[in-house]
Amino acid sequence: MTRIASPHASSRFVPSRRGLLLGAGAALLARPALAQSWQPARPVEFIVAAGPGGGTDQFARIVQSIVQKHNLMRTPIIVSNKGGGAGTEAFVYGRGAAGDPHKVVFGTNNVWLMPLVTRVGYGLADLRPVASMAADEFILWTYTDAPYRTAKDLVEAARAQNGTFRMGGSQARDTDHILTKQIERATGVTFTYVPFRSGGEVAIQLAGKHVEANTNNPAENVAQWRAGRVRPLCVFNPQRLTLTEKVHDGVGWSDIPTSTEAGIGPADFRMPRTVWLPARTTDAQAAFWTELLSRVRETPEWKAWLQAGSQGDLWQTGAELASFIREDEATNRAHFREYGWLVEQG
Amino acid sequence: MEGLPALLHGFEVALTAYHLGLMVAGVLIGILVGVLPGLGAPNGVALLMPLTFFMPPVSAIILLSSMYWGALLGGSTTSILFNIPGEPSSVATTFDGHPMAKQGRAAEALSLAFLCSGFGALAGVITITIVADDIAEFALRFSPAEYFAVYLLAFCAFIGMGGANPLKTAVSLLVGLSLATIGMDTVSGEMRLTFGQDELVRGISFLVAVIGLFGIGELLATADETEKVEGIRARVRLAAVLKTLVELPRYWVALLRSAAIGIWMGLTPGGPTAASFMSYGIARRFSKRGDNFGRGEPEGVVSPETSDHAAGVSALLPMLALGVPGSATAAVMLGGLMIWGLQPGPMLFQDRPDFVWGLIASMYVANLVAVVLVLATVPIFASVMRAPFGLLAPLIMAICLTGAWMVSGSGFDVLLAIGFGVLGYLMKKLDYPIAPMVLAMVLGDKAEDAFRQSMLISQGNLTVFWSNWLVGSITTLALLLLAWPVLAWLLRGGVQLSRRPAA
Repeated sequence: MTRIASPHASSRFVPSRRGLLLGAGAALLARPALAQSWQPARPVEFIVAAGPGGGTDQFARIVQSIVQKHNLMRTPIIVSNKGGGAGTEAFVYGRGAAGDPHKVVFGTNNVWLMPLVTRVGYGLADLRPVASMAADEFILWTYTDAPYRTAKDLVEAARAQNGTFRMGGSQARDTDHILTKQIERATGVTFTYVPFRSGGEVAIQLAGKHVEANTNNPAENVAQWRAGRVRPLCVFNPQRLTLTEKVHDGVGWSDIPTSTEAGIGPADFRMPRTVWLPARTTDAQAAFWTELLSRVRETPEWKAWLQAGSQGDLWQTGAELASFIREDEATNRAHFREYGWLVEQG
Repeated sequence: MEGLPALLHGFEVALTAYHLGLMVAGVLIGILVGVLPGLGAPNGVALLMPLTFFMPPVSAIILLSSMYWGALLGGSTTSILFNIPGEPSSVATTFDGHPMAKQGRAAEALSLAFLCSGFGALAGVITITIVADDIAEFALRFSPAEYFAVYLLAFCAFIGMGGANPLKTAVSLLVGLSLATIGMDTVSGEMRLTFGQDELVRGISFLVAVIGLFGIGELLATADETEKVEGIRARVRLAAVLKTLVELPRYWVALLRSAAIGIWMGLTPGGPTAASFMSYGIARRFSKRGDNFGRGEPEGVVSPETSDHAAGVSALLPMLALGVPGSATAAVMLGGLMIWGLQPGPMLFQDRPDFVWGLIASMYVANLVAVVLVLATVPIFASVMRAPFGLLAPLIMAICLTGAWMVSGSGFDVLLAIGFGVLGYLMKKLDYPIAPMVLAMVLGDKAEDAFRQSMLISQGNLTVFWSNWLVGSITTLALLLLAWPVLAWLLRGGVQLSRRPAA
């Protein structure tokens, strides 16, 4: 009767420790045995910092399905969406679960960006970064029969419209909005940013020509591109995408010009897909999850998912990930101060 | 109707012994899941998901969607028996379904609900068979202005109807709208009305509110009203089901009207919840027996149930064609689609016609299977009402509180449900209508978002709501419905106004 998965719905499926090790061993012949110092003892909850259907939701569900399909872990996994407050609900929940290694939070860079722009009930210290598993690309899209052929055309048209050019995006002060601001900053034009609830909604609004452009991730727009309703103008990555598959009308991912080639900024804007544990979990527990996720990364299903969404393979863990987060936070803090978005946490 | 050959091929796919077996299994699990407190369709689908990795995609979706139909029907059972809506879309069923059960007509109410659901589902699936190829195109026409117009239509169809004191209706509506704003605002990115409380960041769950307002509120009111603790003398025979079936054609106007409303709201982004409220509101206003609504009028069960299922079924195809899930259950199924190697989107219809048409064909069969199976459970469930209230009340309370906890596993929600229970009881005692508040909570924030998005897009120009024939006609219809009492009075020359001063 209720709609959200419960952590205890299937506790009767908890297998014995021995069965768990045997099963895990059988599935993982290719690798040396998992670090045995810690194993989940009861059902695990994957907490998605987004509502159902978007990229973050797919991220958690694909990891869940791979773990189940390849028997990488014998305790059941329940995925629950806690997308309230643009994902902060999930992180607050993670804070409340301090010390519990059976709660794994799936997010993006919103973990460290949200506390900058809105009053939230957690701090970056309340969560422990485990891994960054992928980097989602951002592409500037317009609808197929729009008059602009290139990103430059679009920017000039927006300049002529004097602030009324409609840019759709998912949520306010989140990645799409940040990127829109960065394009404005680099080109000196102003857009009317229209926030929707999810990338999927934005894709449909663009396909229906209700907004003139969006900055959706490849996965969010690919179905509409294949159907010939939208087309890409540039990708915000210093390098072109590598996938050569043609998507529509002889054009494929690798044919999309980079933003530098297209002559607009920013040159590099990508969103890491991150996995977190609550604070006060042990190194051994974090190591278990790092190890498990690194196995997920090697499965054909994971690679197929990255490819289907044309996402970059960005694998960062430990100190490397921590220092990346620090730097990214500092850069964005400076930008947000400029936009007047910064909020004092109190 | 170029879909016919494709549909016949779909039936070849769906009508194998294996797939029929899957449907029966799925429906039975679904009914169980729908009736059991707290398990819920999304959990059920998620638990079955690993099983489907070893099936062809079409078998997998048949199993999962059959479970979904079963769960929807099971959810109506608790609405009628205990006044606890299992799904947002079955709230309107409680308005007359539960009074019927309290009058000892539980079997009739249940049979009626299930038969109408079956009729609605059938009407929905026939429609999507005919329009399958054009659905994606149609859905793309909906900009925020059209979304707002559809929500406005649902509001206007339901509110503004007679009965309660208009001032009290307005209070209830406004409280609901305020509750709907709690949490993060999509358009500005700001937290609203959270008072620094982490628990309020996700907003107030609609389900928690209805469990309190309806389930617990009704329980308190009943405990207050009845001194006797014996059960209701419910007549429980399979014959009651057959009798209801024979009487069903009597409601043909309501059936057709509700199916049409449901299909329209399913194909547009209104969805089943808006459809059931709207259908109930319109039936109450235009039915000859409108005055009996809310006191156990069968037509008050027929209308929301037919629309709910017509909308639920016809919303499935836009979901596949656009890739945006309409509910938590749909989201789990869409996730499954990607795991099975299918990509939801406009091209799914071209790339995998066997899958799409197999699913459509299975919807004909599975809904039939579901209705037959669930009708067989009517005597069992209806006999629950014979238990003395003293025995039943703690059980219902346990169901409500577990249900509230299961929504997001939060103890705060349980307290909230109790708070809403007290509120529901007080509103009942003071004669404030609860329904407008519930409707405002369901659609309020969506309507607000759509309105503000429209204003951003049009640079603040209100004529955007009449900017093309689609949005213009929906908005105009909504405003006409809102003004209907006045219009009707003008049409009748105001003669009958004095006849019913109490209304």
